[in-house]
Amino acid sequence: MDQGKIIVSQERFQLTLMRLCHQILENHIDLENLCLIGIQERGVFLAERLTDELTKMLKGQPFHYGVLDITFYRDDFRRRDVPIRASATHIDFLVENKDVILVDDVLYTGRTVHAAMAALQDFGRPRKIEMLCMVDRRFNRHFPIKADYHGIAVDALDDAYVKVNWKQKHGEDQVLLFAGKVD
Amino acid sequence: MSQSQLSTKHLLGIKYITKEDIELIFKTAIEFKDVINRPIKKVPSLRDVTVANVFFENSTRTRISFELAERRLSADVVNFAASSSSVSKGETLLDTVNNILAMKVDMVVMRHPAPGAHHFLSKHIDANIINAGDGTHEHPTQALLDAFSIQEKIGSLVGKNIVIVGDILHSRVALSNIFCLKKLGANVMVCGPATLIPKHIKSLGVEVEHNIKKALEWCDVANVLRIQLERQDIKYIPSLREYAIYFGINKQLLESINKDIVIMHPGPINRGVELTSDVADSHQSIILDQVENGVAIRMAVLYLLAGRRN
Repeated sequence: MDQGKIIVSQERFQLTLMRLCHQILENHIDLENLCLIGIQERGVFLAERLTDELTKMLKGQPFHYGVLDITFYRDDFRRRDVPIRASATHIDFLVENKDVILVDDVLYTGRTVHAAMAALQDFGRPRKIEMLCMVDRRFNRHFPIKADYHGIAVDALDDAYVKVNWKQKHGEDQVLLFAGKVD
Repeated sequence: MSQSQLSTKHLLGIKYITKEDIELIFKTAIEFKDVINRPIKKVPSLRDVTVANVFFENSTRTRISFELAERRLSADVVNFAASSSSVSKGETLLDTVNNILAMKVDMVVMRHPAPGAHHFLSKHIDANIINAGDGTHEHPTQALLDAFSIQEKIGSLVGKNIVIVGDILHSRVALSNIFCLKKLGANVMVCGPATLIPKHIKSLGVEVEHNIKKALEWCDVANVLRIQLERQDIKYIPSLREYAIYFGINKQLLESINKDIVIMHPGPINRGVELTSDVADSHQSIILDQVENGVAIRMAVLYLLAGRRN
């Protein structure tokens, strides 16, 4: 089985997380308005980690954190072989006039982010939506969507597969590159 | 990412779906319940799907519940009521439905007085069919929402005792409930006058009791059915008054059994007959939760059937 090539190791992963936190703070002085929203399922791992680090840095100063499931907003419903099982959404605040950062692990075609923006409309009209991802696969976009913050940019062939492992789920933080799709 | 789909293309009855199907419907319904409690209660999933609600029998709440579920999934909806239609001019069921399908309808939600009407139709048409009640046979979405409401209130159904009280003979809700509850691991009892309990019901693995007090002492949940006078062409009970005395549930009876059981009713309630008002409106009653869960369950069924590759 293809073991994959490590493109971000555990040590660098932590530094990257810290950099992303600093970039968020640099752009969002007004924390009361900031909402970090993790996209189910894998974006939530990153959003959780960023929230933990930011909470430490800010010594408990509050900001909004939510989890968004986009299953019911996907544009490939009835076009896939089997439907995707829905996950939970927890957004217990209105995003009206807030600065939202959508968080996902890999930005690839942009269809997930597109669906997430549609889903977000049901929670109010945000002042601004930004996108943060751990891996930005820059040359594979289907929509005119870009990341405002990214951990690492990966320029790989369409066939290649990039996987992010998370300490809380897989025991280790790392980004792996495979020649083809793996589960 | 976990993927899953129903094992069947149609929802004809609980008898024809698996325990895993039921669990998938419940899991999806939890997320839809969240959706319908948001300020904006709508998702775009079924925006390219047209659903026909074809009702050959009167219905208010089931039709409204289905229609709300369809609209909250952004489906296009057409309603067809037999009383105001070509059926009264002698058209056959298959012709009626084929005419509706010729207008490019993807799903049919149907209620029909003949048991098995949906099975017949499923052999002849391509669209997904959802049974909203066929005669005295099945009413699967009601059973799903009942079991979902019980699970929400008291947790897993495994080993729980559920009694279904009332007119079991004429009730499609009872039959679907029995299949559903048994599949989920509950113990089921039916309780009612001997004339309203089908002869061979024990073959479905349920217990029979004719004493309401004993039944309530045994159970964790009582699902109380309406006496369906419109389905009885001969008299099965001497009078409603007598039924209310022997099988009606009132506060006094509930207090005499020394435990808090859950009271359910699929509606519409004949207040003063099967339930008194103080019971129907008590903290033990989850009747309105059933109604709310009905929309979420129907959204889940529509969503999962529509998403299935045929």
